[in-house]
Parts: sequence; structure tokens; C-alpha cells
Amino acid sequence: MSEPLAGAIGGPFSQGKWSMEALTTRAGMWFAMLVLALMAAALAHDAAFAAQMVIVAIAIGVALWWTLMGSQVDRFGNWLRPAHDEGKYDDDPIRWGVIATMFWGIAGFAAGLFIALQLAFPVLNFEPYLNFGRVRPLHTSAVIFAFGGNALIATSFYVVQRTCRARLAFPGLARFVFWGYQLFIVLAATGYLLGVTQSKEYAEPEWYVDWWLTAVWVAYLVVFVATIIKRKEPHIYVANWFYLAFILTVAMLHIVNNLDMPVSLLGSRSYPVFGGVQGALVQWWYGHNAVGFFLTAGFLAMMYYFVPKQAERPIYSYRLSIVHFWSLIFLYIWAGPHHLHYTALPDWAQTLGMVFSIMLWMPSWGGMINGLLTLNGAWDKIRTDPIIRMMVWALAFYGMSTFEGPLLSIKAVNGMSHYTDWTIGHVHSGALGWNGMITFAAVYFLVPRLWGRERLYSLRMVNWHFWCATLGIVFYAASMWVAGILQGFMWREYGADGYLVNSFAETVSAMWPMYVARAFGGLLYIAGAVIMVYNIWQTIAGKLREEKPLTTASYNAEADRPLVAQPAE
Amino acid sequence: MSDNATKEALSGHKKLERNVTLLGAAALVTVAIGGIVEIAPLFWIDNTIEQVEGMRPYTPLEQAGRDIYVREGCYTCHSQMIRPFKDEVERYGHYSLAAESMYDHPFQWGSKRTGPDLARVGGRYSDEWHVQHLANPQSVVPESVMPQYGFLSDEPLEFEYIADNLVALSRVGVPYTEADIEQARQDVIGQADPDVAPGDLAERYPGAQSRDYDGDPDRITEMDALVAYLQVLGTMVDVNAAAAQEVLAGESGR
Repeated sequence: MSEPLAGAIGGPFSQGKWSMEALTTRAGMWFAMLVLALMAAALAHDAAFAAQMVIVAIAIGVALWWTLMGSQVDRFGNWLRPAHDEGKYDDDPIRWGVIATMFWGIAGFAAGLFIALQLAFPVLNFEPYLNFGRVRPLHTSAVIFAFGGNALIATSFYVVQRTCRARLAFPGLARFVFWGYQLFIVLAATGYLLGVTQSKEYAEPEWYVDWWLTAVWVAYLVVFVATIIKRKEPHIYVANWFYLAFILTVAMLHIVNNLDMPVSLLGSRSYPVFGGVQGALVQWWYGHNAVGFFLTAGFLAMMYYFVPKQAERPIYSYRLSIVHFWSLIFLYIWAGPHHLHYTALPDWAQTLGMVFSIMLWMPSWGGMINGLLTLNGAWDKIRTDPIIRMMVWALAFYGMSTFEGPLLSIKAVNGMSHYTDWTIGHVHSGALGWNGMITFAAVYFLVPRLWGRERLYSLRMVNWHFWCATLGIVFYAASMWVAGILQGFMWREYGADGYLVNSFAETVSAMWPMYVARAFGGLLYIAGAVIMVYNIWQTIAGKLREEKPLTTASYNAEADRPLVAQPAE
Repeated sequence: MSDNATKEALSGHKKLERNVTLLGAAALVTVAIGGIVEIAPLFWIDNTIEQVEGMRPYTPLEQAGRDIYVREGCYTCHSQMIRPFKDEVERYGHYSLAAESMYDHPFQWGSKRTGPDLARVGGRYSDEWHVQHLANPQSVVPESVMPQYGFLSDEPLEFEYIADNLVALSRVGVPYTEADIEQARQDVIGQADPDVAPGDLAERYPGAQSRDYDGDPDRITEMDALVAYLQVLGTMVDVNAAAAQEVLAGESGR
């Protein structure tokens, strides 16, 4: 193995042999950081901060061990890279990213299934660490930032190299991005269970985790932009516009929404700079655009590369991609206030948010149309290629949830739907259908190429995954529509006597069948993901499943001849 | 657009496609506009937050309770924002004012009601009800799907560094006085321990109620703090008082 995996830790040495001096310096640096982390743990003002610093110390300890054992990690790392990898692209962090995507995906889906079951069967709450209020942020962060984030980082590193025809810039920094991001996930997730949270939706991590993510994110921007700068292609491909907008905007949102005043540099608590009504709008400006840029712009970038690749067709329209890119990123930012309809936020801001949310429908569908029409002339692949089918399904769900979004942002509709499970259903049709499906398709596309395999272990398993996931989404979305609309109407139902008909408790018990159906949908979705993990595992192991091809056009040798007139008898 | 104009626009765009700095700068400007136009005015338009009587910072005990509310992620199921609808006002009380969360860092308006709104839960139930409900929600409301929080009664409240919390809050704009910060620890004891005189707590925090909240007068627990917070929610502003109604009636174009 030519490049030591010790390069994982980063720096200029990752490409060459390690001199003794460099090794000592590096190890000394890690050791100093280890001591600092342990001191922070010892002096911590609260137990949770101490626990988090111990986790940091363990991570640094692993890095130190890795540095010292530099040459010996080959044995361990070998299965992560195929022996015959002579490709010129720097694909190690992408391979790790694909594995991390699947690992965190299963973890996040499992957490989701767990909290779905908690809502149907509250005995599944185990105080204090596994109560719903602590596990729910774990679920949302695991699926959005861990599963989605790893998919975005891995695919962006893959796509930017291919479309620029250039190796990743700063390979050491790229490895820091990968490992630093995993540390961010572990700190955030363990923090929630320990009660370290700001309780701002999708921005729960506390100040020190936010600072760490900022450092990692800036490194990510540097690697990505520097790779574009050293490109060999004159033009920057459209997928990279979306990745760039995603990285830049998420940086802006993350920094502004997480301006906090730490109580102490040795404690986990901080208070956000913005409070009350301003805090609410800053938060939903962030929160809605976490959807708009993390879960939309970034995943559209994946779509713009992997759909044309898998369909073997060029993107339908270059002009449409320009128009829809600029209008999408311009309009999305305004839509945040629709999360605050009829609240104490001033009316003008609510109305502005509503109007822009409705306008947003058009650029959203522009992206869907550009993706779907890329299949022009290759529509038969939906029948024959389960990966294409997943991509088309992802785009269909993208179209559906970006239609439902503007609908829910209309104040009259929102008055009924807000605070209900309809919102939860809406989010999941987007997350499970669009983000999940396009990620699965990208992983199925990537794995045989990254590990140098002839094909996936099994295409039939992809098909099974597709149907499990689809059926899961149907159960999920349908049950939450019913639940949300029922809730909304039960809360506002008046009897002939002029009094409210339902107590709140009655509306809770009415949800039970839908909560069970939703959990069943989640179970199906996670079952599909488990099939995927097995399939990918076998593919990486180099196995090919002997199976009947998915479709074979019928062939009749008898009929395969020219028609010649036969003389009458 | 004529064909020529289209061609020009496209060739203009080609410049962006060849220069990542330009592309990044253009994207950043594009995404910055919406946020600036929507958010910045909230800091200088006067009627964003109503001028109503009664708002005060939380007492150290109430704020400690709020920190527990935040820690446990109560916002995942409970909103603190009553909308101006007939059914909500009848179910939960007067609709929420922006002023009522002006000292909330972070705001906890929430986005989901798996459980009921809590913006005006203060004073609606007895302390005993809250303690029993938190320890075992199903014993009070059989249909409830709420987790159990009995451990709060066993956890002594950590308030050794509570003055630091008030300092941090005052740095982000909550008007705690120097006396408030100096006496923060004493204020916790004075408000939650029935055997200790609360001193001038009620003068610095009008309406603050001093009593044993968790049914265990011998120690100050996290349950004391959380119940004290729940009991103050929505009670600071007397929204039905004539003065407040006059302010609200005069509102236009908010």
C-alpha cells in the first residue's frame, strides 16, 4: 500500500514517507491536544461537558495511536481499498464516506423507528437518556447530517474530481474533513442523549460542537473550491454549482444561527444571541434553508451527476439548469417565515414567506423536469434498471413534496396543518422519497466503481430494496396525512352547543392506529436499507450473486428468419 | 426574450461558469438578499415587540427550570405559541404576544403539538399535579404518550455556577441587574426553600412566587426548578387587563 492510511489524519505528510522528525512533531501535537482535552474534562463545570471532553480525548487518542502505528494500519485498512486501485482520482475518503453513509443511515433509521414506536407505545421511553425528547433530535441529526451529510461530502468529492478531471486538492485536508465530520456527529449525538442541546430544531448542538463543525466546514469549502480551481475542464459543471451554493449557504446559515454566548468555556451551556421573535425568525431562516440547501441544493447536485451517468444521456436542458439554479437559490432563502404563520412574528414577514414559498414551486419543478426529461429516449430503463427506477422515484417524490410544501405554506392551509403530523408526513415524503432514494441510487452507482467490481452483488436485491422503501413511504405518508388532518380538525371541532368537542387527550388517543401504521412504514423502509447494506457488503467483498437477469426480451429462434412467400400446395 | 438577448445572457453566464470566485460570490449575494430583507427589519421596526406591562426576566430558579425544559427537548412535542384562532384561544388562553418571549434565549415556540400548548400553562394546575404528571403522566392522563420524568425529583438542582448563567444571559440582552447576578444563588434558595426568607426577590422579580414546588421541602431538586418555570409560563403579562387590550387594539400593520 503506497499511501499510508495514516494520511487520514491529514497534513502535508499524508502523501509521502514519514520522517522520524515529522512523526515526533505530529505525535507531540496530538499528545498536547490529548492533555488539553483531559484537562477540560477534569475541570468541567458539568458532567455532560466532562463526558463530551472524554469522547474528544478518545478521538485524539485514536489519532495519536494511528500516527504512531503509521505503517501497521495497512492490514486493517486494506479491505477498505481494493488491491488493484491504480486510479488517478483520490477515492479513499469517498470509499469511507460511502460506508459512513450506510452506517449512519441504518443508525438514523433505527432511531426513527424507535421514536415512532415510543409515540405508539410510551413504555418504550427509558428515562432520562432514552426519553423521546432526547432521542428525537438524535434521529433528525443522524438522518440529515450524518446520513445525508456523509452522502453529500462523499459524492461531492467524487463528482468534483470527475467533472474537473483533477485529483482532490489538499488530500490531507480532505481526510480531516471526513474524520472531523464524524467527530462532529459523535459529539452531537452523544450530547443529545446527555442533555446537551440548544433545543433549536436541526441546530441542536451546543456552542463547542458548532465551532468544531465550522472549522470542518471551512476545510470542506477549501478542498472543494481548490479542486475546482485546479480543474482541467474550462467549464464548471452544473452539479458543482449546486454543491458550491450548498456549502457556502450552509456555512452562512450555520454561523449566523449559532451565534451563542457560552456560559463558560468549561461548560456545555450557552445562550443564543438572538431570542424571542428575532430568534424565531433567524432559526427558521436557518431551518427552512437547511432543507433548501442541505437537503435540496446538495442533493440536486447529486441528481445532476448521477442521473445522466446512469441513464447515459446528457442533461435535458442546459438553459433550464441555469434558470432553475439561480431562481431556486434566490427564492428559497425567503421561505423561512412560513414555519411561523399566525405566530407573534409580524404579519408582513409571514406574508412575504408565504408568497416566496409559492413562487418556489416553479424552480423546484424546473429541477424535477430537468432530471426526468434527461430520461428522454431511455424511458425503458425504468423497467429494466432498478437504479434508474430509484432515481425517477426520487425525482417524483421531490416533485410531490415541493408541491405539498407551497400548499402547506398557504396561511389558510397552514392554520389547520401547523403543529400536526401532516408536517411530519410532508418532511418524510421528501426525506425518505427524495433524499433517501437518490442517495441509495448514488451509492449503488458508486460502489462497483469505487471498489473496482464488475457489477453489484445483486440487482434483484436493489429491486427488493426499492419496493420495501416505496411501500414504507406509502404507509408513512398516508398515515401521517390522515393523522395530521384528523388532528387539525379535531382540535377545532365545535359542537352544536358552541363548545369545543374534543379534549386534547382525546385527540392524542385518536392518533394511535396511525402511529402504529407509521412505525410499520418505517420498519419496511429500514428493512430495505438492511437489504442494501448486505448487497453492498457482498459487492465490496467481491461476490456476484448468480441470479436471473431482471428482464430478458423474449427470443424465438423459429421466428427469427425472413418471410418468404410459400408456394400453395 | 429574443434569441439574441438569450444568447447574450448565456454568454454572460459562461463567465461565471469559468470562474469559481465569481460564481461563489454571485451565489452568496443571491442567497444573502432574502435573509437581510426579512430579518434585519425585526431589529428596528418598533412594533415588532408590543409595549406591554409585566414582562420581567425569569428568576434564577425559573431560568434553571427553563434550562431543564430545553435540555429535555420538550419543544419536540409542546409548542409555546397560541395562535389567534377561536379554538386555540378557548383551549389555551389569549393568543401569545411577541413580548411574552422577549427574554427567551432560545425561543421555544415549537413546531409540533404531540402534547398541548404550554404558553399559558402557568397557574392552571397545582404543583402536586405537575409533580405527579411529570413522574407518571399516564397516572393523570391515561391517553398520554408522554415519557416519564420522575428522575427530576431525585436530581438535586446544580446551581453553584448559576450567576454565570445570568451573566451570559445579560450579555445577550436580558436585563438582569447587578443585584440579580450577585444574589442569584441566594435567590434560588429563597424561592424554593420554604424555610429561607426570599428577601427582596419579589421586588426585583415582580410576581415571583416562593414556595416548595416539588413536595420535598428538604432539598432543592430539578423538579422544583421545572415546576417553578411551568407555573410562571404565560402569567407575567395580564393580557386581559385594560391597558394591554388597549395596546393590542391599537396594533395595525404588524
